[in-house]
Amino acid sequence: MPRTLFEKIWDAHLVRAATADTPATLYVDLHLIHEVTSPQAFTWLRERNLKVRRPARTVATMDHSTPTTPRNKEGKIPVLDNAAAAQIAQLETNCKDFGIELFSLGTEGQGIVHVIGPELGVTQPGQVIVCGDSHTSTHGAFGALAFGIGTSEVSHVLATQSLLQNKPKTLAVTVEGQLKPGVTAKDVVLAVIARLGIGGGTGHVIEYRGSAIRALSMEERMTVCNMSIEAGARAGMIAPDEITFEYLKGRPRAPQGAAWDKAVAAWRALPSDPGATYDREEKFDAAAIEPMITYGTNPGMGMAIGAKVPAPANASDVKALAYMGIKGDEPLLGHKVDVVFIGSCTNSRMSDLRAAATIFKGRKVAPGVRALIVPGSQRIKKAAEAEGLDRVFTEAGAEWREAGCSMCIAMNGDQLKPGQYAVSTSNRNFEGRQGAGGRTFLASPLTAAASAVTGKVTDSRSLV
Amino acid sequence: MEPIKTFTSKTVALPTENIDTDQIIPARFLKATSKNGLGKVLFADWRFTADGALKPEFALNKPEAAGARVLVAGDNFGCGSSREHAPWALYDYGFRAVISTSIADIFKNNSLKNGLLPIAVDAATHAKLLAAPNAEVTISLEAQTVTLGDGTVAKFVVDPFSRYCLLNGIDELQFLLSQDAEISAFEKKLEAK
Repeated sequence: MPRTLFEKIWDAHLVRAATADTPATLYVDLHLIHEVTSPQAFTWLRERNLKVRRPARTVATMDHSTPTTPRNKEGKIPVLDNAAAAQIAQLETNCKDFGIELFSLGTEGQGIVHVIGPELGVTQPGQVIVCGDSHTSTHGAFGALAFGIGTSEVSHVLATQSLLQNKPKTLAVTVEGQLKPGVTAKDVVLAVIARLGIGGGTGHVIEYRGSAIRALSMEERMTVCNMSIEAGARAGMIAPDEITFEYLKGRPRAPQGAAWDKAVAAWRALPSDPGATYDREEKFDAAAIEPMITYGTNPGMGMAIGAKVPAPANASDVKALAYMGIKGDEPLLGHKVDVVFIGSCTNSRMSDLRAAATIFKGRKVAPGVRALIVPGSQRIKKAAEAEGLDRVFTEAGAEWREAGCSMCIAMNGDQLKPGQYAVSTSNRNFEGRQGAGGRTFLASPLTAAASAVTGKVTDSRSLV
Repeated sequence: MEPIKTFTSKTVALPTENIDTDQIIPARFLKATSKNGLGKVLFADWRFTADGALKPEFALNKPEAAGARVLVAGDNFGCGSSREHAPWALYDYGFRAVISTSIADIFKNNSLKNGLLPIAVDAATHAKLLAAPNAEVTISLEAQTVTLGDGTVAKFVVDPFSRYCLLNGIDELQFLLSQDAEISAFEKKLEAK
């Protein structure tokens, strides 16, 4: 029987198959943890006198509540918020007590959890990867089954390296053809979510396929898989191929030598078999996708950047547009912008920074606009500085910050003021997501940078 | 965890669709290192003004909502982040069930582990519940039914294992720990690869 990529990984990780009364038990290859969703899990382990079953299969970092402000004279990033400092200290203690590797604030390996996994090469094809964070779907770009879990499940994985799971359905999202210039991976996924709707993928794992997906770089594939959860799908995945292997080869934790050849041979067997069937399929024409922007208060409320905001269809739409302070049947192009945020696990990698730099080079951030550029990891920060990207940003008048989740989650000091409008490369435009009362338009790094230099919502193609 | 079997309570209705976990508990309250006491920041930005005063027009703040243990919400409740703080906050506030036409996956999983019943009902029942906020309903997990004041009985489904755990007040970790031998055997196979 031909099987999909998802089914192959699922089958290979069954510790115990599902029965009529009990869910399947799935083995977890890689568990990523951070400071916000893990403290209670460690408390429960201590209360029950349990150990971490396989400490080497867990990797920790801090990203959500950590500041991205400049280093002090001692080269440290000061944490001024007492609650955040306590949470960070607790992660340090927990990792020390339970023997878990931790990439601490400001150290070389630290960064957003979904950026550092691939960067280190711990994220690999065929794995089951979980993390107490819904954007764990990012790692599916490598042909892994990766999904977000709650803190109770974090404790389950710590204690047993396994999870109880009901088998999800499969949804093929097929994107054929060639993207137009100025249209990016972010626009592809925003277009997918706009069609599926914020709950359209609930109960499903998405496999992105088709020629337009195969043509994407690993960083672009991560952007696409990252936002699967914004359509309600816990996981999104892309079959591994030469682009995947090329990205992983030589990474610090990727297999080396003979082990590498053996691993690649196994990974080549992962793509869905010809004739494998999905529970559902949605097809997209790549050439028809425009640069996208969201206008409402969930990521499904997106449209082509040149379009008019759809007239509200129900009370929830009316509420969303009232919160956003915009009207239906009017364009967003030219709308005023107060803040531009380029960063997050969606768009904070080298290719995102390079794309933004093409716009900022030789231009200035518009008067009255605050532009924050937040690299996804300390390694990216260093690499960008080696290329001189930081100087492009700072000479334009943008802020170049330390690595972290920053204004995507607004629990670390980086946040909008009530009423402010932001164009953000992050993944969520929920009410207050970027700060209480703040209003978010989600878009690509190109659109964000173009909007920063004009001070209004701008199609980057109009600047070229 | 207290077992859940059958209970009767009045409802409170939030008809907005796609209520995400950032509304249920905004991220700035996620710096807690315990799961207790989060009820006071449930729906913080909808319940309170910026200076902390109650917004009287918000459904949960109305006197007739006092004591409601069942939240009836618009479609796709609990979408967004994986924060288990969302069901912790709902439970701590006093809720024992959330009824909608659909519930987001991660929120549903998290709720089932915390004594909060995520209940998806058909659109007709949902419309009736929204039309009669603060009416009494009876929820039976044993029968998997919601009984409305007018006698309408709506079925819902909770996966058999979660139902067993909730009815008996036991948690899933014990069940996983009991599979130790199978997990060890799996790990041996993995190392041999």
